[in-house]
Amino acid sequence: MFYYSVKRILMLIPVLLGMTLIVFAIIHAIPGNPALTILGTKASPEAVRQLNQSLGLDNPWYVQYFSYLKDILTGDLGTSIQTHAPIASEIWPHLAATIELSFVAMIIAIVVGINAGIISAWKQNSVFDYTAMILALIGVSMPVFWLGLLEQWGFSIKLGWLPSIGRDDIRNGVDPITNLYLIDTLLQGRLDQFWMVIRHMILPSIALATIPTAIIARMTRSSMLEVLKSDYIRTAKAKGQRMVWIVYKYALKNAFIPILTVIGLQTGLLLGGAILTETIFGWPGVGLYIYNAIQYRDYPVIQSGILIIAFIFVMVNFIVDLLYGLIDPRIKYK
Amino acid sequence: MPQTAQVHAETRAAKERSPFVNAISEFWKSYRKNKPALFGTGIILVFILLAIFANFIAPQGINDQNITNKLQAPSAAHWFGTDDFGRDIFSRILFGARLSLRVGFLAVIGSIVVGTLLGILAGYFGKVLDVVISRLFDILLAFPSILLSIAIVAILGPSLNNALVAIAIVNVPVFGRLVRSRVLTVKEEEYVVAARSIGMGDMRIIFHHILPNSIAPIIVQGTLNIATAILDAAGLGFLGMGAEAPLPEWGKMLSDSREYIQNAPWTVLFPGLAIVLVVVGFNLIGDGLRDALDPRMKN
Repeated sequence: MFYYSVKRILMLIPVLLGMTLIVFAIIHAIPGNPALTILGTKASPEAVRQLNQSLGLDNPWYVQYFSYLKDILTGDLGTSIQTHAPIASEIWPHLAATIELSFVAMIIAIVVGINAGIISAWKQNSVFDYTAMILALIGVSMPVFWLGLLEQWGFSIKLGWLPSIGRDDIRNGVDPITNLYLIDTLLQGRLDQFWMVIRHMILPSIALATIPTAIIARMTRSSMLEVLKSDYIRTAKAKGQRMVWIVYKYALKNAFIPILTVIGLQTGLLLGGAILTETIFGWPGVGLYIYNAIQYRDYPVIQSGILIIAFIFVMVNFIVDLLYGLIDPRIKYK
Repeated sequence: MPQTAQVHAETRAAKERSPFVNAISEFWKSYRKNKPALFGTGIILVFILLAIFANFIAPQGINDQNITNKLQAPSAAHWFGTDDFGRDIFSRILFGARLSLRVGFLAVIGSIVVGTLLGILAGYFGKVLDVVISRLFDILLAFPSILLSIAIVAILGPSLNNALVAIAIVNVPVFGRLVRSRVLTVKEEEYVVAARSIGMGDMRIIFHHILPNSIAPIIVQGTLNIATAILDAAGLGFLGMGAEAPLPEWGKMLSDSREYIQNAPWTVLFPGLAIVLVVVGFNLIGDGLRDALDPRMKN
């Protein structure tokens, strides 16, 4: 296990380096001079030349790349063109907001998706099975931003049950400690604010969870159907074990490996979906941060935002890889 | 024994037909039993016909504005209501079908062509080429697809065609990996080894043996990817990184009308429903094709 982890970490290095190279190449391929973007089109050629020099933009591309790599490794993600603030300090509250929302959405997707898939497989060809699979098909086919808009219209505008935008109320703002508001409000013993944060989270997390829920439900169903046909399940049934016990204790364990893979892969979709969901719900996460940067052509922010989300995606899949062995001891790491 | 005679006649007829025709008839026999897949095919055929004949069916042009008639609720004159410029939403959705279907098909065809080429190079010729191409696929797949598309559109500039190119590039590794793994399997089959030992050239082996054996999974994956390509194009349009005004792209229509949702929810409802229907259609066809062509892919 130890050697496998080390080998897997070593294999991560080329992927992470490749990611930085691609992001670097993309930003450098964008037409237009960054110095002109910063200074404005009316800047004098002398000012542009000086800024180019101070930013190192007159160096060859590989010198610029290594200097970019050095900056990233020392935690320097550059400066936002729009706010002139360092991105590394600016991005953390946004990142925390995205992590919190994605985490809650993933929990919803796992709990609802796995249970719907299990019951569908257990009661194959029942009304529940058909309904769940039709809903799952619609779930994977629905644009997340459309669902978000409909939720806002139904639950905020028409019924007035839940807030439609933001992470907290302006008049009752949360004092950030970790920037994970669910934790911060509990640390401060502010249960009223905790409830307010949850109310803000319900609509965006459901919108974000829809596609992963649907995919996990479909995967769990097909994985469980296969396991439920195996001999040891038939033996357990013959011995008179209760079906709930058989399904959740014996079958799920063996059906879980493909489900886990899908969960890992869905994280990417979830983080990508965050940009759309956060835009609709005004959720101040990395997605909204990137969206605002797109509107302003703030390329350093777009670059760092994309890199950080891709980094989280790669790390989640790394963890999923290591979890395989814990869930199924038959998988040997060589 | 009329039934036995009929079976014999069918077998004889099957033997006389070419293997290609036999494969198609086998496929159709299995596909037509799949009710959801037929339903999906029906949905897509209807949308293709609506897109082709939009000029004749649409009551109004996509840019026929009538400000006095803006944000009208659905009625006999305007089935899906009107938008903030007084344009007929039903007509715009019909023309929008052309854009979405075009993006879906062309993006996926582009990624299939490039992905297949790279997959064959990596799988068949192996060695350094395989390492380089496979690592490139790993790296591209490490980015959530919509984010990589945004980055590519940032280089090319926001437009529907550039969104199409971005979606095609993002999907290349999906087909590249698929073809590479098929090539690796087929390359070791005895008949390919035999073909090579009698001196058959690489190109002939690739075109006669390897590609025909990779077509089924490519078709299945391609159909499912048309669905995601349409969703991604709508997402890019929604973020202002895809189609530009006044094109009636469905994602763009949703983003333009979101501020009117309170008083005119139909402006948001119908373009979204159109996306859902088309994507459901392609997903159902994809699932049906998978069951009929390549049951091993089911799990």
